[in-house]
Order: sequence, then C-alpha cells, then structure tokens
Amino acid sequence: MSDGSAAQVTALGSALQAVPRSGWHVATVAATHRETPNATRLELDVVGWPGNAAGQHLDVRLTAPDGYQATRSYSIASSGSSTRVVLAVDKLPDGEVSPYLVDDVRAGDMLEVHGPLGAFFVWAPVAETGDDRPVQLIAGGSGVVPLYAMAHAHAGADDPTPFRLLYSVRTPDDVYFSDELGALAEASAPLRLDLVYTRRAPEGATTPAGRITREALEAAVIPAADRPRVYVCGSTGFVELVADWLVGLGHDPRSVRTERYGGT
Amino acid sequence: MEHVDGNALAGPLAEFFTFDVTTATGRCVGCGSIAELARAMVYRSGAGTVVRCGTCDNVLATIVESDDRAWIGFRGMSAIEVRRAPVVEERPA
Repeated sequence: MSDGSAAQVTALGSALQAVPRSGWHVATVAATHRETPNATRLELDVVGWPGNAAGQHLDVRLTAPDGYQATRSYSIASSGSSTRVVLAVDKLPDGEVSPYLVDDVRAGDMLEVHGPLGAFFVWAPVAETGDDRPVQLIAGGSGVVPLYAMAHAHAGADDPTPFRLLYSVRTPDDVYFSDELGALAEASAPLRLDLVYTRRAPEGATTPAGRITREALEAAVIPAADRPRVYVCGSTGFVELVADWLVGLGHDPRSVRTERYGGT
Repeated sequence: MEHVDGNALAGPLAEFFTFDVTTATGRCVGCGSIAELARAMVYRSGAGTVVRCGTCDNVLATIVESDDRAWIGFRGMSAIEVRRAPVVEERPA
C-alpha cells in the first residue's frame, strides 16, 4: 500500500475521535468578556472535557437553591482537544438562563455543562473527511457562534477548502468575534466574509441597512452549480427563510445543514 | 410556540442512548421520507417534547420526562438507521 493509504487510515482514525462521547462536567469560568452590548463571551475550564468538533454545542444546567433546574443549549465557539471551552451567549429579554450568564457570571464561578453534543452540524478539515466541496456559512445574529468555530478550525488547519461566511447582524456593534473574523479573512485558508446589516449599517456603507433579500442572498453565497456544503444557523424564522431560498436557488437540500435556536 | 430542530435532542437523548441520535436517520411513516433526526422539527413545552417530520409534519416521536424516568415514544418512525463506527484496519505501508 502507498503512503497515501496509510495517511488516509490515520486521518479516518482522527475523524472518529473528532466527535467524542458526551457527559456531564463541572466547568469553572476562567474569564468573561463583553462581546457586544447584549452578549458575553465566556471562557470555561472543563475538567475531563474530551475535546469537541467545530460546530458542536453543550447544555448548561443551572440549579436554584430550591432545587429548580433550567437547562439551555449553547453553541461552542472553540474546537479541538483543549479543555478550555469558549461560549458567546446572547441575552434573551425573558430568559431564565441567559441573563445570568451574560450579566452575573464572574471568573471563578462554576457551572454544570453537558457535552460535547451533536454530530450533525459539524465541520472537519478535508484531510479528515476527504470532502473538498466549498463551504458556505450563513449566520443570523448569535447563530454565528458555531460557524465562527468552523471558520476558526478551517484557518487553524490551514485547510484549502474555499469558505465563505454571510453574516446577517443588526448593527456593526452587534458583530460577534469582530476582530477575529477580520483576522481569519486575512489568513492563508481561504475565507470570504460578507456582512449584511439589518438595522444600522456602518458609515460609508454602499448598501443601506435592511433585512436580507433573496437577491442579496443569491449574490453573496457560493452558487449552487459549485455544489457547496451549506451551514445555516440563526433564529428559526431566519433559518427557514434562508433554507427555502437556497433550495429555490437550486441548492441540494441534502447539502444544506441547519440549526435553529428558536425565537427572536 | 417557536419550534427548534432535532439538533436540540442531542443533550436530552444522550442521557438514554449511547449513540448520537441526531445523525441517526429515521423513516417517517407519514410520508416515507428518510432524514437525519437533526432535520426534524422539535416542539417543547412543560408537558414534554414532540418531534415532527421536517417534510410532512407527521409526529415522529414524543418525549416526556419526570425526575426519575422518561417515556420515549417513536410512534411515527418505522425504522432508525444507526451507523456503527467503522473498523479501521491496520494496513502495511
């Protein structure tokens, strides 16, 4: 057998390890950082965390003094074998869990987390999967978190797959990972970044703020003829609108993977 | 009630199944379509969780949990395909 096959077998082995077994863990908040006026980035140290693939999520469980428990799912912004796990949490006005995570949590606090979870909405480098089709990422608001994890993993692996990220966001102040995304767009792994502002565009923008249209989507995504793999994450309404448009534009529904986080 | 999708079942069902259910594929008895459970629609309330086919809206499964047990029904799925982890053979170089 050639060296190529041996390398392929090794790559397959690492792909299997890319989605480790989930479990409950105690996480210690290592650092918090104001991500946007409405969101906080949380860096967690999780003893026993088995690593995670780019795009996976975890569940956070909070327990009140009277025993009442609330569990919510959050996408993971980091990937790889590290036990340092990064989240970016958007505050929901009537939320039971997110206001605590965004406004109250401090370094040293402890949380219960369950993960890593989900092997559907994940991306791994072409060296592991052998899939060299281009990748289109489409984010609505805080739905950018798992897609940022994919773009970050893509740059970290210096993966040659063409990536394009279309990010729909309210205002320039609401952009998550703003500096990091700018740096990823300059990295050697190919990433093209397109931002659509729905409420307020930056000064000097050529396109006024407004909801994304079918025409704007068509202009900013890899054409269906190039057979991209597409990942869409955002509110349920955003994801279903975009997914319907993509299928209407000729994208194969099986190549479109979606993750809906619910309302607003 | 705003629904989510089958990705959200990964955590709740990891308590009971040893494989990732979201990548398992199921056949809908309503329309016959076969899709990963991640592509299903998920409606949650205090009473429990209803999983509906992403194609025809037929009820695929229901999940009701209490403190010490869970009731998981697959009333609308005729088969679930679960992938085994492939055996990685050692090959001589």
